[in-house]
Amino acid sequence: MNVAIFILFALLCLGGALNLLLQRHPINSALSLIVVMSSLSVLYLLLGAEFLALAQIIVYSGAIMVLFVFVIMLLNAGEEERTHGSRAAYFAGIPGVLALFAVLAGTFVTLRLSFGGTRLGAFLVTTGDLSRVLFRNLLLPFEVTSVLILVAILGAVVLARKEH
Amino acid sequence: MSSLTGYLLVSALIFSIGLAGALTRRSAILVLIGIELMLNAANLNFIAFWRYGPNAQALTGVMFAIFSIGIAAAEAAVGLGIVLAVYRHSKTTELDRMNSMKG
Amino acid sequence: MNEPMTPSMIAFSPALRILPEILMTLTGVLVMLVEAVLKPRTSRKPLGIVAILGTLAAIAASVYQLFLPAGTAFFGTVQSDAFSVFFHLVIGCIVLVTLLISLDYFEGHTSFVGEYYALILFGATGMMLMTCSVELLMVFISLEISSISTYILAGYRKRSATSPEASIKYFLLGSFATAFFLYGIALCFGATGSTNLYEIAKGVADGASPLLLTVAFGMMLIGLGFKVSLAPFHVWTPDVYEGAPAPVVGLMSTAPKAAAFAVLLRIAYGAFGTAIHIWMPLVWIMAVLSMTIGNLGALTQRNVKRMLAYSSIAHAGYLLVAFTALAPMGIAAASFYTAAYAAMNVGAFGIISYLSGYNEARTSLSDFAGIARRHPVAAAAFAVFLISLIGIPFTAGFFGKFYVFTAAINSGNAWLAVLGLLNSGVAAFYYLRLLAQMYMVPVEPPREADTAHARPAFILAMAILVLAVFALGIFPGRILDLARAGAATFSGPANAASQTVPVALLRR
Repeated sequence: MNVAIFILFALLCLGGALNLLLQRHPINSALSLIVVMSSLSVLYLLLGAEFLALAQIIVYSGAIMVLFVFVIMLLNAGEEERTHGSRAAYFAGIPGVLALFAVLAGTFVTLRLSFGGTRLGAFLVTTGDLSRVLFRNLLLPFEVTSVLILVAILGAVVLARKEH
Repeated sequence: MSSLTGYLLVSALIFSIGLAGALTRRSAILVLIGIELMLNAANLNFIAFWRYGPNAQALTGVMFAIFSIGIAAAEAAVGLGIVLAVYRHSKTTELDRMNSMKG
Repeated sequence: MNEPMTPSMIAFSPALRILPEILMTLTGVLVMLVEAVLKPRTSRKPLGIVAILGTLAAIAASVYQLFLPAGTAFFGTVQSDAFSVFFHLVIGCIVLVTLLISLDYFEGHTSFVGEYYALILFGATGMMLMTCSVELLMVFISLEISSISTYILAGYRKRSATSPEASIKYFLLGSFATAFFLYGIALCFGATGSTNLYEIAKGVADGASPLLLTVAFGMMLIGLGFKVSLAPFHVWTPDVYEGAPAPVVGLMSTAPKAAAFAVLLRIAYGAFGTAIHIWMPLVWIMAVLSMTIGNLGALTQRNVKRMLAYSSIAHAGYLLVAFTALAPMGIAAASFYTAAYAAMNVGAFGIISYLSGYNEARTSLSDFAGIARRHPVAAAAFAVFLISLIGIPFTAGFFGKFYVFTAAINSGNAWLAVLGLLNSGVAAFYYLRLLAQMYMVPVEPPREADTAHARPAFILAMAILVLAVFALGIFPGRILDLARAGAATFSGPANAASQTVPVALLRR
């Protein structure tokens, strides 16, 4: 059962990603990204990371994608132009991407030997467990993230407001 | 093929597709979407390695993924702000048209 | 508390381990709060002075950290030791000088000066945290803080077309690099089961999958390589340095790079210290490419900012040569070089910000013709920085290069040192060409009104930098000792925790 769900949503995820790559209109790409994010969250559920699965849907499919769609609509961005530069990027980029994928896939397939025996740990991660780690062991990273958010807010203010 | 390999291969594919998007697309927004894909691929890796790794109770992988989602959100907000700022000047989001510097 | 309580840990609060960062953050918040109260049209200079005082306090706090025994805090996420103090001081001084240069730069040109100071302070917090993090999660978050604030700062001349363009190019390539870095961390986590650098070091020593480790290190190196503009990941550098405001370029070409190199040192020598064969070939290739591409690229540039951009790629390459040396020597040489490079590069961009004005209409090589006659003092300072960038004796650049190449030769990489010296010869040509323009070419009547006149804060900043360039070139002893003490903290986690920092260093 799990295998079936995995295959279904992995294919959905990859299909969404490919569609994103091939679409020329930004809004179509942004909507395919939502498909990718949502199917990824199902994969997270399968792996037993329930909290993360929901965070993924709320933050990515909810907040970030709305931001993307909003900006695309606001700028009324049309179809991407096919230019000389884009053809050059294809010739240089695609072989590089294929090489990188070959390296990664090769590494992961040969890894099977060292990880073959490991089985999925049978335990449930509750939000309580997460918060104990988050607010104790990782207290400093958590606090420092607030500085990051502050920088992002400052940036949004500086970038969005008009000079007078 | 163990199921860990399955997850890792999915993540490698998503990363490569995102990379292809970031390298070949000419619209700044589409490049940004490609980068978001790459970040998500890394998150999937964290979760898969966490679940099949030796020390799952420490929750390292999940925590990293949670932080990375938050950081990606902040980064996307700033990125879209910069896209808006550029658009205000040059009325375009196409990177090829942003060529006021040459050398 | 799971953490073992050693006597030294009971004695002081863990917050002291991140005291400089706390001071920087609080100053940033203070600047923002005061900015909200100030009237829109009034001068923002007081905010700049607050920021300068905060930075001074942070520098003092870093020096104070030398007196603490080296060790980790906050559940092993940060570690303060001589190494982190060294880079704190470098970053603190860069930020201090940048604030002095900026004090009058934006006056009357933009209404976001308060936010500018706050962004610099928060960015510096991120950079400082990078140098003391021993947990990749902390490294990642603080790297993002430093990156996001520099993306925004690069676009600060909002009225010009080039500045927002520089900002978006920097942002897209920077985020691209972040994705690589994050994926590399994920693979490293997969290979060793942890994101703590000491745990990773254990995993590496215990024979985690070498293939996975190589790919993991490679991706992290790509990520950091973009941030420090190493070839072949340098493509963004010329455009961004040309478009961004000159004081910001001075900052972002030195401080985030120093922080990223500190992270790279911690990862390469700390976490991957027992697997040098994994990363050495990658470092060789990038060092050779960066030196060659940087110097050859600079030869063809007519714009001084672009020329210095390519020169900064070459300098990142020289710095990487130090990585090919064995542990303590290589780390000390690399640390010293970041300090030397920072002094001369911030200075060079500071002078450019003064000579070419806010709109940066005068940045081509011919605009600098005869500048020695019109601005003799500024030209002299510029000459000092350029001579140091060439690497002529009695300047910081000479001693930095000398130390890096000696370390490489002593570790049996003489050919790399020879290649570096050849490159320095090529580099001398384009620096001298600029010097010749300034001093030899007869004075042309200025095409437009040359209104530049130096303010006290700017003069102070340049005086500090000229002194630093000569001090590092003539009496490098004390800084070098601190760099060596920093390098000594890498001998292992057990040593790092128990080692007391050589306090004698300060009392000498």
